[in-house]
Formats: sequence, structure tokens, C-alpha cells
Amino acid sequence: MEGWEGLAALLVAMIRAATPLALAAIGELVTEKSGVLNLGVEGMMLVGAVAAFATAVATGSLVLALLAAMIAAMLMAGLFGVLTLSLMSNQVATGLALTIFGVGLSAFIGKDFIGIPIAGLGSVSIPGLSDLPLVGPVLFGQDPLVYASLALAAGVSWVLYRTRAGLVVRAVGENHHAAHAIGYPVIGIRYLCVLFGGAMSGLAGAYLSLAYTPMWVENMTAGRGWIALALVVFATWKPGRVLLGAYLFGGVTIVQLHAQGMGLEVSSHILSMLPYLATILVLVLISRDRVKIRLNAPACIGRVFRPEH
Amino acid sequence: MWLRLEPRPERSRVMVYLTPLVAAGLTAVAGLILFAALGHDPGHALYVFFVAPLTSSFGLSELFVKATPLVLCALGLAVGFRGNVWNIGAEGQLILGAIFAGGLALWAGDADLPWLLPAMVGAGMLGGMAWAAIPALLRTRFNANEILVSLMLTYVAGLLLGYLVHGPWRDPGGFNFPESALFGDSALLPALVEGTRLHVGALFALAAVGAVWVLLMHSFIGFQVKVIGMAPRAGGYAGFSQARVVWLGLLSGGALAGLAGMVEVSGPIGQLHPQISPGYGFTAIIVAFLGRLHPLGILLAGLFMALTYLGGDTLQIELGLPRAVTGVFQGLILFFLLASDVLIHYRLRLGPVRVPTAPPGSRPQAQPAQSGE
Repeated sequence: MEGWEGLAALLVAMIRAATPLALAAIGELVTEKSGVLNLGVEGMMLVGAVAAFATAVATGSLVLALLAAMIAAMLMAGLFGVLTLSLMSNQVATGLALTIFGVGLSAFIGKDFIGIPIAGLGSVSIPGLSDLPLVGPVLFGQDPLVYASLALAAGVSWVLYRTRAGLVVRAVGENHHAAHAIGYPVIGIRYLCVLFGGAMSGLAGAYLSLAYTPMWVENMTAGRGWIALALVVFATWKPGRVLLGAYLFGGVTIVQLHAQGMGLEVSSHILSMLPYLATILVLVLISRDRVKIRLNAPACIGRVFRPEH
Repeated sequence: MWLRLEPRPERSRVMVYLTPLVAAGLTAVAGLILFAALGHDPGHALYVFFVAPLTSSFGLSELFVKATPLVLCALGLAVGFRGNVWNIGAEGQLILGAIFAGGLALWAGDADLPWLLPAMVGAGMLGGMAWAAIPALLRTRFNANEILVSLMLTYVAGLLLGYLVHGPWRDPGGFNFPESALFGDSALLPALVEGTRLHVGALFALAAVGAVWVLLMHSFIGFQVKVIGMAPRAGGYAGFSQARVVWLGLLSGGALAGLAGMVEVSGPIGQLHPQISPGYGFTAIIVAFLGRLHPLGILLAGLFMALTYLGGDTLQIELGLPRAVTGVFQGLILFFLLASDVLIHYRLRLGPVRVPTAPPGSRPQAQPAQSGE
């Protein structure tokens, strides 16, 4: 590798690989903070990815594509909300259903879009700053969604811990009966958080099909939705650590890709296992501390709230 | 007028059996709407999807061929789900079963070994169990979430199979295709009906229905699974071990999914290649829920879900619709089932929300009952 340029390319690639994970995980974090476990991230991401791609092909507008991704994924999240919040279904089963449905639906819609090239989301460049060695491309030459993911992480952190709205969300997630007794609309608040999670998953999916690899491939998320779920646990439900975890995983992905590119004498199949194995490893490392998990996990996560009782 | 939910005094047993049928009916209605929206004659399309595959003896035999792995995987999952052990990595366990059994078959080659098939059954189950033992160990030892671990391992299993058939196990005479050599005759499951792909594996599935029925309904450990699943604390007070239920749930899931993998490669496929399963392990999750986590229900649900695979094929051939329509239907039916399950605990009432007539003090009986006494 040639000094700064090689390192900068590596860091840029790492951040790009991390961004969809960060977006999806931040959305799921808010959902979980309100006490709802949505295992359908993978399905929502796929529907978001295909909606973004189809819109980009049809209209040529990337802004519309991003909007379409968010709306489509929010519709999926809304479906999850109706089932788990209004009809009080099991959250684990419903989340799995959402993923199975999303995989099928996205493949069904995407059938006509396989192999079509589009002009993907390009990077912004700020004259002067972007040309600086190392920091230029890494800090000032990314695409807009990378900056959006950072802003969203900061925003979510601020709202959750520094505003009244965030306090209410956390209260609903920690003790829904108490929040209900004080007079907060538990179900309504949870709907909003679930929808926010959907919108973020949609953005994450759109990032994959518009920016990361500008094309549509069936099942192109390849488990990233599940890795995002694991990241939330890894981060012990803290937005800043979600970002950190996402960059760590971006790093693993990129190291693996570079090792393949440099002709390392290991099968690409074996190297591709790395992100999944790394996910298991970090889950084990974090989860083994039961006290830490119990202190940080929202106490009502996955529990059905029945207002009559 | 408002449609609203009113709690039932106790769960409705009728609805437990009725809602899967309601879900299937609603899925058919959704299908009508979907086909009409796509510009096809909805009645005809629905006929092509749900009925046409059953009108030939070939179609019927294929139904059983596809139902076999679904029923096997779902039976194992049901043991776990009943105990709140969420093994969703049956697909990976199936792949490992196929790798273990297939490895044995490739090692044997064309040799005529009478014990080969039984050994492959054992190897397949062992492979699935080994893969399922990882989430079991990590859950019981390190408290790691079995949903995420078993799912991550599914991706690893797929890559492992890809590595094997691209690398060490590739057929040297196979024109560089990523697939293994064809298994020898003694590694193939005999056909049940000559001229069809229906093979002995279907009998394995039936035997597994019986075995899981005994395990869940007529054994002490099955009772423990149920108690831990419904009320973990009560189970704890009774001295039942949560860890044992986790191990049992995951190992039975792994064993049966591994058997399904063996049945697939030794039955209809006859070799190893990267796409040995069109997601049977995931569809089995739907089968388990649709079958109410009951062995007989799973048998019926397995046949129904197998129909969605066949229906997807016939739709593609006759109307040129993408096969992915199968996945859409499978997702829809689980949604409708979960949605209509609300009727087990609630009934639908028409009318405005009634203001409780009783004085407020007498209403919240459930609240103190939870904390007090």
C-alpha cells in the first residue's frame, strides 16, 4: 500500500461499509428503547433497497429514491406495529415474519431490475478540503448519507438523553405500566419509534442499492440487518457505541475484502465468513456480562402491553 | 360504529384450531387481489397456484417430496419454540447435515456398502446437532442470544458448503461446475413409488412426527419444556433446568434439520451443490407456527407450505410470474396467522367503546394479583 493514499482508501471503504449498519442499528436502537424488539430489520432493509432502486431507475432522482425507500420500509414497520402493538402478537414471531415477507416481496418486485445499471449516489467534494492528504477523502469526500448517519446518531443520542421526548420513550421502554399510569400513550409512542426504525432501515437499504453497490441483487443485504440487531446489543443500547461498533464491523468487512483482493492464499468463502463469526464473537463478549446486559437493556423489551390490565 | 377487541374470559380453544384456516383463507383473498393488480385473471391464477399442482400424480408426489424437509425442520423447531428457545438457524443446520451425510457418501464413492445409508442418517443428524450445539453452548454458558447466533451460523454454513463444492469436494470430472461428484447408488435413498422422486425420506418425516409427539405430549421432559416456555419462573421453582430446555430445543432442532439435509442430498438431489435448499429451514418457521407447534398440525402445515413452492413453479410456467411470489405468499400467511391469533384471547365487537359501568375501584383486578399474594 502506498502511504497516505492507500490508508485513506482503506478508511473510506471502511466507513462506506459501516454506514448501512450504522443507519439500521440506530433505527433499531430507538425501536428497542421504546420496548419493542423488531427482528424484521433485514426484511425492511431489502424492501427499502428495492424501492430505492426501482424509484431511481424510474425517475432518475436519488432524492425521490431515498424518500421511496423510507416510505416503503415504514409501511413494513407499520405492518409490524399493527400486528404487535394493536393486535398484540408475539414480537419475535412477527419480526421473523417481516423478514421472510420482505425477502420474498423484494425479490418479487426486484425481478425486473436485475442487471440494470444506475448512476449511484456520488461523493460530495468540498474544494480545498477534500484534497487534503488522508483527512480530505476520509472526512470531506464521503457521500451525503455518510454524513447523514453521523448526524442521525448524534441527533438520536441528544433526543434520547437530553430531551423530554427521549425521557418519555425510555420510560415507555423501561416500564410501560408506569408510563401508562402517568398518562403517556404507550402504544402511540411505540408506533412512532417502530416507524422511525423502519425509516432508518429503509435508508440503510437504499444506501446499499444506491451508493455501496449501485445495483439490485436479490438478498443483497446478506445478513446486514441481523448484524445491525447484534450491534444494538453490542452497543448496550447506546447510540455512540452503535456507531463505534458499525465502524468496527466495516473494518472487518474491508480487511476481508482487501485480503481477497491481495490474493491471500485463503478461499474467498472462508474469508467471507469473517463478519458473521465476528458478530458471534462480539455478542458472546458482551452478553457474558449478564449484569451489564440487564442494566442496559430496556426492561420491557419484547413484552406485550395490554392497556386493560 | 367501531370495531374493537374485548378480552375473552379464557382463551378460545376453537380459535386455536380455526385461525390457521382463517389465515389460509385470508392469504387466498390477498392472492386474488395481488393477481388482479398484476393484470391476471385472479380466479385462474389462484387455481394455478393452489389447485393445479395437485391434479397430477407427479404433482402429488412432489408435494410430499417438498413437505418432507419442511416437516422435519419444523418438528425440531417446535420443540425449541415451545420452550421459548428461538432457533432460527434450521437452514444452517440442514446444510451441515447435508455436508456431513454428503461427505460420507463422497468418501464411499461407488463402493457397495449396506450400512452406508444408516451411517449417513446418523452423520446428517450429528452434523445438524453439532451446528445447533454452538448457539446452545453460547446461550447457556455466555448468555448470548440464540436467535442471532443461530442465524449468523446459517450464513457461515452456506459459505462452508460453497467452499467445499468450489474447492476440495468439487467433482474433478464436472467441467469446473461448483458441485460434487454424483453419489454412488448405495448412498441414495430408495424410491417409494417407482417413477417418481418420492423417496423413503417421507417415512422418516412420519416417524419424526410420532417421535416428537411422544416427546412433547407424553414425556416429562416435554412437560418441562412447556412449563419453562409458558412460565420460566414457575419452571425454576419446580426445579426444572432452563439450560436443559435450551439444549434439548436446539439439539432436537439440529438433529431433525440435519436429517432433512441428509434426506435432500441423498433423495431428490443425489450430490452436493451450493443450492441444496430453497430456504426450507426458514419456511419451516412458518410451518411450525401454522401447525400450532403440534406435530400433527405441523404435518398438515408442511403439506400446505409445500404447495406454495409447487404453486410458485406452476405460476412461473403458466403465467410467467416470478417464482418469488412463493416467498410473498409464505410471508403473508404468517402475518395473517399472527394477526388472527388475536381472536384466541379477544373477541371482535362492533359498537362504540363502552364506558365501564363498574366503579373504578373494582376494575383493576389483574394489577394487584400480579404483585401481591
